[in-house]
Amino acid sequence: MSGEICPLADLRAGERGRVEDGTADHPAFQRLLAMGLLPGTEVSVVQVAPLGDPVEVEFRGMRLSLRKADAATVQVARLD
Amino acid sequence: MDKSRSIRVALVGNPNTGKTTLFNRLTGSRQKIGNYPGVTVDKKSGTWQSGGRTMTLVDLPGAYSLAATSPDERVALDFLTGHLSGEEKPDAVICVVDASNVVRNLFLASQVADLGLPLVIALNMSDAADKASIRVDAALLARRLGVPVVRTVATRGEGIEALGKAVLHAVESRTLMAEVPWPEAVQRAVKYLAAGLEKEGAQSLAPGELRRILFDRHSAVLERAGWPAGSDPEPLLAASRDILTAAGWQPLSAEALLRYEQLGHLTADAVSFPEKRVRTWTERLDTVLTHRVWGLIVFAAMMFLVFQSIYAWSGPFMDAIDGAVVRMQEWVAPWLAAWPTLQSLVVDGIVGGAGGVFIFLPQILVLFFFIALLEDTGYMARGAFLMDKMFGWCGLNGKSFVPMLSSYACAIPGVLATRTIEDPQARLTTILVSPLMSCSARLPVYVLMIGAFIEPTYGAIAAGVVLFTMHFVGLVVAVPVAWAVNKFVLRTRPQPFLLEMPPYRLPRLRDILWRMWERAREFLVRAGTVIVAMTIIIWALVYFPRPDAVRERVVEELSVLNDPDAVDAAVSAAYIEQSYLARAGRALQPIFAPAGFDWKITVGVLASFPAREVIVATLGTIYGIGGEVDESSGDLRSALTREFWTDGPRAGHPVFTVPVALAIMVFFALCLQCGATVAVMAKEANWGWAIFGFVYMTVLAWLGAVLTYQLGTRWLG
Repeated sequence: MSGEICPLADLRAGERGRVEDGTADHPAFQRLLAMGLLPGTEVSVVQVAPLGDPVEVEFRGMRLSLRKADAATVQVARLD
Repeated sequence: MDKSRSIRVALVGNPNTGKTTLFNRLTGSRQKIGNYPGVTVDKKSGTWQSGGRTMTLVDLPGAYSLAATSPDERVALDFLTGHLSGEEKPDAVICVVDASNVVRNLFLASQVADLGLPLVIALNMSDAADKASIRVDAALLARRLGVPVVRTVATRGEGIEALGKAVLHAVESRTLMAEVPWPEAVQRAVKYLAAGLEKEGAQSLAPGELRRILFDRHSAVLERAGWPAGSDPEPLLAASRDILTAAGWQPLSAEALLRYEQLGHLTADAVSFPEKRVRTWTERLDTVLTHRVWGLIVFAAMMFLVFQSIYAWSGPFMDAIDGAVVRMQEWVAPWLAAWPTLQSLVVDGIVGGAGGVFIFLPQILVLFFFIALLEDTGYMARGAFLMDKMFGWCGLNGKSFVPMLSSYACAIPGVLATRTIEDPQARLTTILVSPLMSCSARLPVYVLMIGAFIEPTYGAIAAGVVLFTMHFVGLVVAVPVAWAVNKFVLRTRPQPFLLEMPPYRLPRLRDILWRMWERAREFLVRAGTVIVAMTIIIWALVYFPRPDAVRERVVEELSVLNDPDAVDAAVSAAYIEQSYLARAGRALQPIFAPAGFDWKITVGVLASFPAREVIVATLGTIYGIGGEVDESSGDLRSALTREFWTDGPRAGHPVFTVPVALAIMVFFALCLQCGATVAVMAKEANWGWAIFGFVYMTVLAWLGAVLTYQLGTRWLG
């Protein structure tokens, strides 16, 4: 459902979201912030690895492989 | 500034920006690779002549931020702040920026500039950006940022001269990047922190360094600021951060928000993206290469190719080196015939030891050809993406796959290949478990034992099953070992595994060859000396003591035989029987008794610690049929079956039974009997970890052998 807030890890392949917030003191979110995944940034899940983890996400024209545990530190609002 | 002094320039940048290619372009062969004190991070430096000046260039590890959560980033931060022992602050910094992703790359530049360092932006891979219709107005960007921006294509050497001029200009006029308009609360927090530090008598810090302490979770800057021992900096830090919180800023995310906001303004109109998003080659390739079925098939095929190349294709080259070493030994030997001890030292110790180093070169070169290819094309990140789930849970990560697979051929290139793993814990764990993979040097032991004891009793199918199982023993043990090492030894929480999936690129042969040469040279220089030294020590333990009385006794006893070869073999056997190593073997035999080993097997095991492949030749010498036997030798097999216990509870029974043969194989499968691997582990991690690896594998091997023998005698009789 559009607008629903959920962890980035819950988005399925092809789904998009806008970053709302994150676990600021988690090292994974710290790194993502440095890479420019800020509140307000749009992020999409490109695909999920064959074994179910990690996920490939895209933001700011860059693609990143991210474990679900790390992706869970980011809260997004679903788009579409 | 003094014109004769060389200018110190640091090269920084995100991973995948072509930073190292640029470094190689600028410095060519005038490079030095060393280590930073206390950490296993490569220090690459070189000289660069430009505009009549000599510049000393230091290639700092790739980083996304100076928050310094990994040892690599920590080195970059310490170097830039002048806190690295023996290193001065650089005179200028070149920040390599991927022209296709300017804003994200400038985040690091902005942090570097904040430390008060003159900066030049190298807008690298601008050809790829052009192709993707991403336009960057370098002149406008330079005006807005306040620092020189130079378009470069490192792979083709474009923009090098302009870069040199820009660096000289930056040093002369100290071009600093536009500062972030810090909100009043940040300024107040920094002042508060500075005053607090001063009160504690800590070293005074620049505002940029204070901001690192304020914004980073645990900043390395604080540690180096000379904070008085015993007093806790947390209250001061918390109070400074409270100033930010009160003003509505979350302290740990404020920096990213503020810097990206400024960069957004500075790059507006200077960077433009194509309106219609085109489907890139990378996306098309990825639909196949990371597909849940095709992706795995392609990956398996690639890995098979890599494995095959090190396992089989290196063979002829290794044989050639082996042959050359033997010829060298035969050529040297007659010259030293008058001094038998010196002859043996030179022939077996020095030439043999050097041969034992060079023998690994073909595998290292071939493996690093493929690794450079996988990395430079961008495929390595895809492989890690596919495999991460399999390895992640036990403290390894997707990048552990290549080193572990390579170790099935040989752990030396395998351990060297762990360089591709950025996460230090995962890298160390991979180094520690890679030697458990069944390398090709273990094969002769399996073939000898299976051929002599399994096949005659249980047939060819059982022989095949045992051979197959032996190759899995190490892998099956490696996973719980990795898990246990992480849980009980390293005790680290799982680190985030964020891996950029860079666009696919065509690799350049020149870069690949350079990487192969770099690795090979490093192996020869750093591990080679240790390997030769160890070979000489073991040579001495087998050679000494050497009283003439032993030879005279054997010659007299066997004088009736009139067979000089048999006499020579018997003399060798007699010498080794009373060597220091054999004495140790007899003394240690009780330890190996629960595994069913007699003293001769124990000596064979001990003699194999420097290099397990010598076991067959050693057994040949010990059993008096000479050292020139191989694992399929009928003589050796029958000699083994003719060994009987001479005393103890099993007196009169054969020494070698099926359980003993299995125990020997399990011991060799699990033990780290390879001095060269230990040396490489020491160089890649440190001696402490190398010894840890050696000890845990030896204990594991002993346990495995004892368990196999005890269960084997119970079930097989």
